[in-house]
Amino acid sequence: MASAVDKIGTGPGRPLALRHRLSTRIWHWSNALAVFVLLMSGLMIFNAHPRLYWGQSGANFDRAWLQIGSDETQGYLKIGNRRWDTTGVLGRWNDANGVAQRRAFPHWATIPSTYNLALARRWHLTFAWLFAFGLLCFMVRAFWNRHVARDLSFTRDELSPRALWRDTANHLRLRFDHGPRYNLLQKASYILVIFALLPLLIFTGLAMSPGMNAAWPWLIDIFGGRQSARSIHFIIAAMIAGFIAVHLLLVLLAGPIRGIGAMITGRELRR
Amino acid sequence: MSRLLTRRGLIGGGLAIGAGGLLSGCDRLGESPAFRKILSCGEAMNRHAQRLLTDRNALAREFSASDISPFFRGNGSQNPGTGGYPEHAAAGFANWRVRVSGLVARPLTLSMAQIRSMPKRSQITRHDCVEGWSAIGKWTGVPLSLLLDQAGLSDRARFVVFRCADQIGGAPYYESIDLIDALHPQTIMAWALNDALLPIRNGAPLRLRVERQLGYKHAKYVQAIEAVATLDGIGLGKGGYWEDRVDYEWYAGI
Repeated sequence: MASAVDKIGTGPGRPLALRHRLSTRIWHWSNALAVFVLLMSGLMIFNAHPRLYWGQSGANFDRAWLQIGSDETQGYLKIGNRRWDTTGVLGRWNDANGVAQRRAFPHWATIPSTYNLALARRWHLTFAWLFAFGLLCFMVRAFWNRHVARDLSFTRDELSPRALWRDTANHLRLRFDHGPRYNLLQKASYILVIFALLPLLIFTGLAMSPGMNAAWPWLIDIFGGRQSARSIHFIIAAMIAGFIAVHLLLVLLAGPIRGIGAMITGRELRR
Repeated sequence: MSRLLTRRGLIGGGLAIGAGGLLSGCDRLGESPAFRKILSCGEAMNRHAQRLLTDRNALAREFSASDISPFFRGNGSQNPGTGGYPEHAAAGFANWRVRVSGLVARPLTLSMAQIRSMPKRSQITRHDCVEGWSAIGKWTGVPLSLLLDQAGLSDRARFVVFRCADQIGGAPYYESIDLIDALHPQTIMAWALNDALLPIRNGAPLRLRVERQLGYKHAKYVQAIEAVATLDGIGLGKGGYWEDRVDYEWYAGI
């Protein structure tokens, strides 16, 4: 197998093509950092009250639609009336020293790795600024330099059922050799994440703030109450975690050196 | 290059080492005083943004009676066992006194009977705990601004400190707020919850309601209200029991 260095080396007749603009690259990596910190500190914050409710209010004596808990022997995840044994991962797990802990998310998934609500909130509420303003700057820049219009918008012929079917079939066959343009499913998932899920995380986050609830009461009404906003915040965070897993898998399958290299240097070998 | 060192193996191993390193790195960063300063930026930015961009007099939402939670749980101290509190509770708080002092022209010492006979405000509001749960209750009490007016608040006062009867780990609970929240119309010293005298778990006989901040700011078992110019020298200087000990945000509007 050729080493990575050999592959990156530019042979004669293989010029480098611009793949990602500087603004895209800066945002990609600052956002990767912010999302990584926000997801994991968010799981630590969730550990302080590992129950989710719908409506304005909800506490231990109210009905939770989702709960991660533990009893004497096992950890469990409960959604509605269904309960799964999650011992070892959720609810009850062993820490780095092999000591059994009864918290919702395990030490390897949280920032900090031990229970510390105050510190997790500091991480979360500071990196939230990087996340929110990074996204805002990227959006403005992406409209301004026509990244959205040129690369992310659907073209008319792309939206035919046949094209949709072909793109889905290509993905299922793990064929990603799509050249310099984003394909349909890729565009759809980027648009969904950038323009729907990430902004919703910001707004559901703000909707949990008692100060914002007084200042902008309409915001909490959109989500149907503070505990609903908290539930939606958690669900969307889970969707983002899912997006990241698929994103990383596809990068690995489609050629990680070329993909990651292009997101760092902006350039990619022409094929 | 050895065949054992495949590209995928390298990437997978690199990711695992990277993730593990990042995690222990985050723990170490979180303990470093310099990095904690950076992590504290969020609180200052959130406070400034909310104070600057939103209406300082905005009212917290008030709910209707049908929204009231069937059970309003307690949290933190639920029954102080020290400082004469059990005796006060046994006597129905007949001998409980609340002192209003500090940077005021006329320090006050008030009995609960006097406080309950003062003009009152009732509000059905949602209580949001820093842990994540919320409960709705109807609070009745005297507006804090009225108490401060009666005592003659000095122009030099910047903060109001609440000293409590409960101790956690041997240290007395206390909290503080600035004058924007202290003089807010919904900031009351509550003596009733859901039309009954305050239960002990919720802070009997008197607790603070500061509706635009998280639950730990709402000091319970209040014995003294003190107007001050600075929070230096009070407790460990960060303005509250949890702020001093575990570094909770002093501004808990988010």
